[in-house]
Amino acid sequence: MPAPVQRRLIFEHIDEPGYTNDLACYQQHGGYAVLRQAVTRKPEELIDEVKKSGLRGRGGAGFPCGVKWGLVDRKSGKPIYLIVNADESEPGTFKDRSIIHQDPHQLIEGTMISCFANNVQQAYIYIRGEMPHGARILEKAIAEARAANLVGPNILGTGYSCEIYVHRGAGAYICGEETGLIESLEGKRANPRIKPPYFPAVLGLYQCPTIVNNVETLCHVKHIVAMGGEAYGKIGTPGNTGTRIFCVSGHVQRPGYYEFEAGRITLGQLVNEVCGGPLPGRTLKAVIPGGSSAKILRFGERFKGKRKVGVEMVDYDWGVEDVPMDFDSLAMIGTMGGSGGVIVMDDTVNMVEALANINAFYAHESCGQCTPCREGSLWMKRITTRMVLGQARTEDAALLKGVADQIPGRTICAFGEACSWPTQSFLAKFGDEFKGYAEAKKTAKPAEAAPLI
Amino acid sequence: MKLKPETEVRIDEVITHYPVKRSATLPLLHLIQEDIGYIPDEAIPWIAAKLELQPINVYEVVTFYPMFRRKPIGRRHIKVCRTLSCALQGGYKTCAALEKEFNTHLGEVSPDGEVTIDFVECLASCGTAPVVMIDDELHVQVDVAKAKQLADQIKADATRRA
Repeated sequence: MPAPVQRRLIFEHIDEPGYTNDLACYQQHGGYAVLRQAVTRKPEELIDEVKKSGLRGRGGAGFPCGVKWGLVDRKSGKPIYLIVNADESEPGTFKDRSIIHQDPHQLIEGTMISCFANNVQQAYIYIRGEMPHGARILEKAIAEARAANLVGPNILGTGYSCEIYVHRGAGAYICGEETGLIESLEGKRANPRIKPPYFPAVLGLYQCPTIVNNVETLCHVKHIVAMGGEAYGKIGTPGNTGTRIFCVSGHVQRPGYYEFEAGRITLGQLVNEVCGGPLPGRTLKAVIPGGSSAKILRFGERFKGKRKVGVEMVDYDWGVEDVPMDFDSLAMIGTMGGSGGVIVMDDTVNMVEALANINAFYAHESCGQCTPCREGSLWMKRITTRMVLGQARTEDAALLKGVADQIPGRTICAFGEACSWPTQSFLAKFGDEFKGYAEAKKTAKPAEAAPLI
Repeated sequence: MKLKPETEVRIDEVITHYPVKRSATLPLLHLIQEDIGYIPDEAIPWIAAKLELQPINVYEVVTFYPMFRRKPIGRRHIKVCRTLSCALQGGYKTCAALEKEFNTHLGEVSPDGEVTIDFVECLASCGTAPVVMIDDELHVQVDVAKAKQLADQIKADATRRA
């Protein structure tokens, strides 16, 4: 079956010749019309539209946005904050960068609508430190919007006021975790908070109710309010509504970002048709479907079971290429949709070396607060690095598994899972390669193989 | 600590963005680093006094976030992405080529004082791997040949200034 055509909702104007990131251009393309209309409606109605839309967060966990908003403590009498999570740092993910650089007003409009819906008077955009241009573009865009009375005091004469400030991170991946982000925004080390009691919806920024949403998620809100939650819910598939942006990197002919209706494209269509398949003379070996912490899939493996289609339970028997790229299907086969970052590896890649690269990332990024994660991520890195650069032993596979299995479920935040899933899944899918690595090292590598550690 | 007058103005302005002064710790560190090039020892008690904190509150932040530097670096800061998508496309070769071009090692100031090269984690532009950031500028698809070109440009700029 041929791949569906792209449905560009969020990326409608990305890479469009002549489209600039200033307010005039955005307004010529109908920008801020949705905000103008939204502020004439009741905030509860807007929340209802988001609930009806079935929108799931695009940062990684896929948590329903309407539910997240529904959990906000509105009776505390404390101010409610909204934080835009623009700390895009999951390896393999590069969608928010394009929105921020090329269409910042779309994000600001989505943010302002969300703030109005939730009676937020102060929003912060937490942007990664490595995006200094992005921070300046956002600051300029906010200043333009403020001058046009779309941000700031008494927006569009409604009496409603809301300010947005840009806050730059400083190179720590853990700031993408929402409670770590909140600590960082409070001027501290980004050590994630324990839940309960520190659910952001109740005890977030400055111990006030706080909403943390991903950049792309807030852009979707704009489109939901524009077309209505019900209409939006018809895009995509039930449970996985709207569009999804996939960021494809690694060994394919046409890496890049592509936006499709959620659940309407399979992994095979995405990688082989949309991205042109493997490089000449190579075959595909493995793929990580949702950012580097998602469990790896091996081309050639099959997944069998029963799944719900409408009201019926039907059997499925999928190869990797057949898996629909939605949160539920990917979860069903033991991995995740995550942030939409698809990393493809071909037969030049040795899996021990690829894991050594990933482990070095997680060892560097553990915040150090919980012992299993701080020590575990470090030891997984040391073992895999030694295997590649020093001596490899057959028992290393068991040793690695022993370390990885002791981390998940024993840490304050999901980083424990994120850092152990690669090791666990690489071992489960490519165990022989780990056991036989000492021998494999003695044979010559393909000329194209790149050093990974 | 001597800051440029415009840095002082921006520091006073950014503190007003937050209901709690402590939140301005990261912004102040960024502004000072942009002004001076790194975070000198005296910046820590200075920020603490400015934000009504203890010096340890600032120090623990400086040591947590990889972007804050405690000593001067070369005139240009080259950050090469190390993470998987870039590595798959030759990021390690790019990094080695740059080290060779400037006769330096990671984290050090090159002998001519021009650059400091760091091998950093994911820069969120994986579709155009390998990527390199030179100061605030992102360069995409930097293979060994393009790394040499970029190095030549930096060297040419240095000669022009001399």
